Amino acid sequence: MGGGKWGNRFTGMRWLLLKDLQILRRSPLQAVLLVAYPILIAVLVGFAISRGPEKPRVAFLNEVPEAARINVGGQQLPSANVKGRICRRVECVFVSGRGEAEGKVKSGDVLAALVLPADLVNKINSLSTLSPGVPEVEVIVNEENAVKAELVDDRITTMLAQANLAIARRIGAEGGRYLKLLIDGGDFHVLGQTVHILGLRTSAQILEALGPALPPSLRPSLKEVSEFAAQARDNLDVAQPLIDRLAQPIEVDKVVVGGDSPPLEIFAIAVAATLTLAFVVVLLVAGSLALEREENAFPRLTRGLVSTGGLLGEKILLGVAVGLVVTLLMLAGLQIFVPLEWGRIGLWLAAILISGAALGAAGAALGAAAREVRAVSLLAFMVTLPVAFLSLVPSGAVGTAVFDAIRIVTALFPFKPALQAITSALDSAGPGIGGPLLHLAILFVVYTAIARLALRRFAAV
Amino acid sequence: MRVAGKAIDSESREGDTVPRVRASGIVKSFGSREALRGVSFQAGAGELVAVIGPNGAGKTTLLSILAGIASPDEGTVDSPNGEVGWVPQQAGLYRRLTVEENLLLFARLEGHGDPRASTEEMLELSGLGESRGEIVARLSGGNQQRINVAIGLLSRPAVLLLDEPSVGLDPRQRSRLWEFVSGLAGGGTTVIFSTHDIQEAERYGGRLLVLADGDSLFDGSPEELREAVRREAPEAADRDFETAFVAYLHHRGH
Repeated sequence: MGGGKWGNRFTGMRWLLLKDLQILRRSPLQAVLLVAYPILIAVLVGFAISRGPEKPRVAFLNEVPEAARINVGGQQLPSANVKGRICRRVECVFVSGRGEAEGKVKSGDVLAALVLPADLVNKINSLSTLSPGVPEVEVIVNEENAVKAELVDDRITTMLAQANLAIARRIGAEGGRYLKLLIDGGDFHVLGQTVHILGLRTSAQILEALGPALPPSLRPSLKEVSEFAAQARDNLDVAQPLIDRLAQPIEVDKVVVGGDSPPLEIFAIAVAATLTLAFVVVLLVAGSLALEREENAFPRLTRGLVSTGGLLGEKILLGVAVGLVVTLLMLAGLQIFVPLEWGRIGLWLAAILISGAALGAAGAALGAAAREVRAVSLLAFMVTLPVAFLSLVPSGAVGTAVFDAIRIVTALFPFKPALQAITSALDSAGPGIGGPLLHLAILFVVYTAIARLALRRFAAV
Repeated sequence: MRVAGKAIDSESREGDTVPRVRASGIVKSFGSREALRGVSFQAGAGELVAVIGPNGAGKTTLLSILAGIASPDEGTVDSPNGEVGWVPQQAGLYRRLTVEENLLLFARLEGHGDPRASTEEMLELSGLGESRGEIVARLSGGNQQRINVAIGLLSRPAVLLLDEPSVGLDPRQRSRLWEFVSGLAGGGTTVIFSTHDIQEAERYGGRLLVLADGDSLFDGSPEELREAVRREAPEAADRDFETAFVAYLHHRGH
């Protein structure tokens, strides 16, 4: 008997599912959106993650004479190739004058203009004199947009930091060369003359060799001078690494203490897949359930033809089935841009099916609570979109109290655990999949119970 | 039926003396408002019972309880198990499906052995055979109501409940509907319908159940209601049936 009851229940669900698919097929706009949306998302995400960030276009005006070189101790340093370094990071648009540079910034053709003034090298060279100047570069920006202005500031600051670092390293290297000359000796070219430098090492050797020839009364003094030369040589040996460190005194040593993170492009694909799944499933389940009421079919169905549990099951099944097809379609589209591990498809299916079920249950609760298709659509967007955004906020990006609140809110809706499960399923470097699936299973039970309660007043006039 | 009370053996439909539907002391409240206050009545095979009364009388609530859509707070309903057809006031149809798809869906959900044959039968019975491929949303309100009734009849119920079935129908469609329903009653189906149209109730209702503010005021034939009006509101006894009915309600304090 039990088997017959379950058999009838599944038969009813089967016919209702067929009916909903017929209705979906009869709504060309809905059907097109369901197919077009994942393809569009796949293409956008694919392009975004495969092309990388675009280089900002910056107008570049170099007024520094070509022959100008930075001098250290009367010696010219080889070119630091600042232009080359800058133009590797941005797309340089070479201009011939300030007017042209300003025009390109004003018209929006370039994000900013960087002007290296003619006296830049002279001012850098003056740093080692008694009357040092302030070397400056000029940046022309159009701050019509706050976001754009901040982007320009960040880029220019980074570029200048790198240029400063390059120059500092070049100066450091030159300083190191002089130190070596001082220690080991050698030839030094200045003002067209070659000067021979004896060097501390040779000086110490000469002094030691002179010792026996000197009167005993002078030997202690000679020994002191000889020892000083040896100490100076030994200590100046460690000065080179110190000078090198001055150019970049602090280095970053990244230690990962938690949060196994997959490659960025996999995370981006997981976000796109979860967003697609969430919107398709929540909207479809909530909308189709509300439609049963709008069509006045709900009381007719639940008068013994289908139980409320069976009706909920059918709607969630509809959402999961359509969501699965749409998400797999999207992943197949993304395969063009980023190779995916299709060998993990079993985990993909588990993650998508369980995520879909939890999202479907949440959609059913929304549909049963809001009851009207228009209200349901609005509510589904109002809930899903902010929760999706909140789920992407990383710890540390906001204050502790705010993040704790975000963590609670995002734990109450299936989006975040679905994102974690799909991320884990897509890449082995991701976090474990067990926790998110358990979380989703709990949310499925809770939301199904809420939907069943809400359905009690569903048919009320 | 799935609501309270024991089921009457469906074999009893052949006997006129044995009531097929019996409601005893039905009480139903929505918050502080009492929609039904101890309503009792019964109907036998082949009877056509019209439930009439002003707005808020409790007609739809009573039919919903008989249909098993709502549960009574008190009282019991006895009816043949699984053999009560229900036609809601607002057509319970899928407007994006065709006429045939709607009938086929409900025939399948009801577990008919041959759902296509049942669908064909209802298409013929309702005269909608030529519109079988039409999307329901494109049909007139009258034709939508005919499908609504046809779905209620799919299970060939022993008892058919119709909640204001003629609302929105033009006179010709109305006439066809009542011809159809009367034919069902003539075949032994117990038909209970609610209506606001008193003339319609007089013409087609073999028995009238008058409700007002949740109370059952009268249960009898149209002729017996005339007699009651003659006794209680003689000034309206010779007026048309609707005027007489209003006078009767007024005399009863409604």
